[in-house]
Amino acid sequence: MGDINMTESHDGALEGSGSSEYVEFWIDLFLGRKGHEYFCDIDMDYITDRFNLINLQKSVNKFTQVIQYIVDELDDSVLEQMPTSRLEQLESDARKLYGLIHARFIITVKGLQKMLQKYRNADFGRCPRVYCKFQPLLPVGLHDSPGIDCVKLYCPCCEDLYIPKSSRHNSIDGAFFGTSFPGMFLQAFPEMVPTHPVKRYVPKIFGFELHKQAQLARWQELQRLKLENKLTTKGVDLAGNGGYTRGSSREDSLDGEMSR
Amino acid sequence: MGEYIGDNSRSRSSDESGTYDEWIPSFCARFGHEYFCQVPTDFIEDDFNMTGLAQEVAHYRKALDLVLDLEAMSEEEEAEKEQPVSRSIVEHAAEQLYGLVHARFILTKPGLQAMAEKFDHKEFGTCPRYYCGGMQMLPCGVSDSVGKNSVRLYCPSCHDLYLPQSSRHLSLEGAYWGTSFPGVFLKHFKELEEYVDRKAKDTYQLRVFGFRVNDEAASGARMRWLRQYPISEEDQREWQQCEFHIPPLQRGA
Repeated sequence: MGDINMTESHDGALEGSGSSEYVEFWIDLFLGRKGHEYFCDIDMDYITDRFNLINLQKSVNKFTQVIQYIVDELDDSVLEQMPTSRLEQLESDARKLYGLIHARFIITVKGLQKMLQKYRNADFGRCPRVYCKFQPLLPVGLHDSPGIDCVKLYCPCCEDLYIPKSSRHNSIDGAFFGTSFPGMFLQAFPEMVPTHPVKRYVPKIFGFELHKQAQLARWQELQRLKLENKLTTKGVDLAGNGGYTRGSSREDSLDGEMSR
Repeated sequence: MGEYIGDNSRSRSSDESGTYDEWIPSFCARFGHEYFCQVPTDFIEDDFNMTGLAQEVAHYRKALDLVLDLEAMSEEEEAEKEQPVSRSIVEHAAEQLYGLVHARFILTKPGLQAMAEKFDHKEFGTCPRYYCGGMQMLPCGVSDSVGKNSVRLYCPSCHDLYLPQSSRHLSLEGAYWGTSFPGVFLKHFKELEEYVDRKAKDTYQLRVFGFRVNDEAASGARMRWLRQYPISEEDQREWQQCEFHIPPLQRGA
């Protein structure tokens, strides 16, 4: 899949630079590609500031050239002289480097703002868990070094990790978002922390709950009550953001939302 | 599978031309109907299994004939006598009838067997939760009466309910699987519960630069209980107390 994309992008990039009418930026091409919906665009200033790139030099070959390629400052003559294999290498290096810079950029003030917009549009998808009521998700990596695992999605509502629904998002490296992003995001925008639903499901047979599962659910509810108790004695407000949602008619309202 | 759909629509448009398709297999093969299993006709023909459905489904007789492929004869009679009921209405009633019989059938031994086969082939999808490691899910209704809720998926590993991933399954009626199915399935195939008990119970903790977010912060862990299991002796004791009710909290606990 990666190969097909790569040749596609080359055609795109070459066309872009060949036609004199308008030039498409590499970043715009990158963001417009299918499956790259999770990425936000990084400011040019951020990429060209050497301070932000500390320790990334060794992640790719010919670092300076790759940076120039990303910000479209590489001479056309240089590009034209390059053999196809080198051009492909350059393209994949550029993608990797962009991803790594992206992980750093999205935890800056500006980056968080851009991601907030994407979160509001639910660009990262919504939580598949029924009781989370279509809560928008946040991308997160499990490792900060590339090439280990793909991106996961964090639900601020049930505080759990989900696998992206579509396979084209499943191939994005988790390191391009970093392990700290959802934590930083929710610290920066505490008003974006949803209330947590208390309601849960216990399998039933003809209306009677399965004993084993019900017992576990009761024990888990006890743990929750203990936590709630502890937090209220410490003076934490559990009525607002990050508190618990009450009410039992969630199922009905959920379907109302779905039919809309 | 695409072929089946093609066949199906063809037979629908040219009923009289002689190509003959059985209703049940073609219904189950329809796009988006992957969650249905085939109910054998002798199950439907047994009146005992159909108790109470005549009141729930409109045009019960005609719908039943359509499901059992007896339509050819009755249609001629009907054309002479009463005014004919529109075909699409009967078709809709037949789907409803089949769905409700399906909910009953999958609780029987052969039904559970048929569903287990689909379960093994991951036809109901796998759990989207990362730490469930691709556990297969079971279809489940939230209500047993038609028209209330769409189908949900139950993950035996995290005991939670999810929405189907694909939009074509989002509009399926939940009552066609019923509220009891996952429970009966779990009780029938004990080895599934044992397998789930042996699974690793990993959970996620929000971290910033490697440091855990404090519980008192708004984004602190508030849902840890949902994926928590009794491990320590203290937990086990507490868990035993929860056999029939939640014990009252001790002050300062």
